[in-house]
Amino acid sequence: MSLLEIRNLRIEFDTAKGPFRALDGVDYTVDAGEVLAIVGESGSGKSVAMLATMGLLPDSATITADKMDFEGTDLRTLSVRERRRVIGKDISMIFQEPIASLNPCFTVGFQLGETLKTHTRLRGRQIKDRAIELLTSVGIPDPEGRINAFPHQMSGGQCQRVMIAMAIACAPKLLIADEPTTALDVTIQKQILDLLVQLQQDSGMGLIMITHDMGVVAETADRVIVQYKGRKMEEADVLSLFENPNSPYTQALLSALPENATGDRLPTVSDFAEAGGF
Amino acid sequence: MSDDVILKVRDLYRTYDISGGMFKKGSTLTAVKGVSFDVKRGSTLAVVGESGCGKSTLARMLTMIDAQSSGSIEIDGLLMDIAKTGISKEMRQKVQIVFQNPYGSLNPRQKIGHVLEEPLLLNTDMPAAERRDLALQMLEKVGLQPEHYGRYPHMFSGGQRQRVAIARAIMLQPKLLVLDEPVSALDLSVQAQILNLLADLQDEMGLTYVFISHDLSVVRYLADKVMVMYFGEVVEYGTRDDVFDNPQHDYTKTLFAATPRADAESIRKRLAAKAA
Repeated sequence: MSLLEIRNLRIEFDTAKGPFRALDGVDYTVDAGEVLAIVGESGSGKSVAMLATMGLLPDSATITADKMDFEGTDLRTLSVRERRRVIGKDISMIFQEPIASLNPCFTVGFQLGETLKTHTRLRGRQIKDRAIELLTSVGIPDPEGRINAFPHQMSGGQCQRVMIAMAIACAPKLLIADEPTTALDVTIQKQILDLLVQLQQDSGMGLIMITHDMGVVAETADRVIVQYKGRKMEEADVLSLFENPNSPYTQALLSALPENATGDRLPTVSDFAEAGGF
Repeated sequence: MSDDVILKVRDLYRTYDISGGMFKKGSTLTAVKGVSFDVKRGSTLAVVGESGCGKSTLARMLTMIDAQSSGSIEIDGLLMDIAKTGISKEMRQKVQIVFQNPYGSLNPRQKIGHVLEEPLLLNTDMPAAERRDLALQMLEKVGLQPEHYGRYPHMFSGGQRQRVAIARAIMLQPKLLVLDEPVSALDLSVQAQILNLLADLQDEMGLTYVFISHDLSVVRYLADKVMVMYFGEVVEYGTRDDVFDNPQHDYTKTLFAATPRADAESIRKRLAAKAA
């Protein structure tokens, strides 16, 4: 049985100009111990699909799916209260802007503690010990001291490590990372990606990487879903995607990479759109 | 040969005073420490480094947003020392800048046409009709339509906004264009379009670029020369092929090692390592 199985997911937003379809019938499956990358440009619906899974979309969104199961539990019929028990514990998520995702008014230790207090039976001293343990596991130097640090006293890379520590605090079965390294430098990006992959391999959780960066895909993914304008263009294992991409859109994306440039000009996706007809 | 050099920077320093608190002494932070380089007319110098390495401070000094603490900047034979001489209109017309975030760099209450005309209004005595004609020509040049003249920035996508920002920067026909991470906020396919546009404009107008980036694949694609900065110092400076094929400094090597590789060979290696 798959860890997460979604069939025919559609998401529509009510706008002043009528409904806007952000996602149009896409399937997702993730197994335990697997790294799935969802790639696409802005507007491809890659984030919105996972936000829907987490139940984080606003009321203006209409979500329909034929199936939306997490470990056999139907996510569609969960009440808010029941969902809260799953979200943050069995499924957790990290976001693009690490500094904006943390509350500036509280120490990182307090914010880590909140997660533990909500989802585990740990109390008091145990919470502090566990928080220090978590900060150590994500590679924060001097965790005993940093537990009392506020987010603004840490760098972007360190804040992202704290976010990851919060996300893995309850040993989730599925971790969704939404552009986890887009705001970071290349050298820090490498460290964070290595950390995520390491944690994933140690714990055997499923990992969904949402990204627009083909480099990140190549470095982390087992399987890849390519999306464009709310539709799935291609799904393949990572090696075959890079070696012989089937969909014209994937071909366009890959050839728009500056390192694959052959002539003086970079081919753009719109060059392919006319020929490929997507 | 010296005529060929359009930008000449010698021993450039920039220090910032950090004010102390009640019990803390103030200190000085040196953001750029003795940077020297030349850029040839019509070529592209890429400046690479991580956040905090001083590359944006360098851009601010080159574009006269900030004055240097010491050292000299010479652009097209004109010595720029704004702390002493102030900024003349002539200096403004030599160099312009394009910023990273096209959402933050355009005034939301200013129509695109006015965005483009403003540099002319401030720096030339051109009559209004002529300014309008030039703005319309410029829209076409950067791949936008004349009907975009009367629209507001929120009606545009990120890529289109970056086209507007580029158009604004070249309205005064500058010799030197400083591009501070112009494509890092854009999607891959839009990035390709903007890079193509920049290449076209360089050919057409003979522009010289100082291109600041942390994306090495972009740098490799368009740079003639590469300068790597680390904590305010230049640790590596050479032609693109020299720097990429034979990096000398440890930081440059770290940077290359950290850059994700998107080729089948590296993926195969990674998967093999994972299976083992």
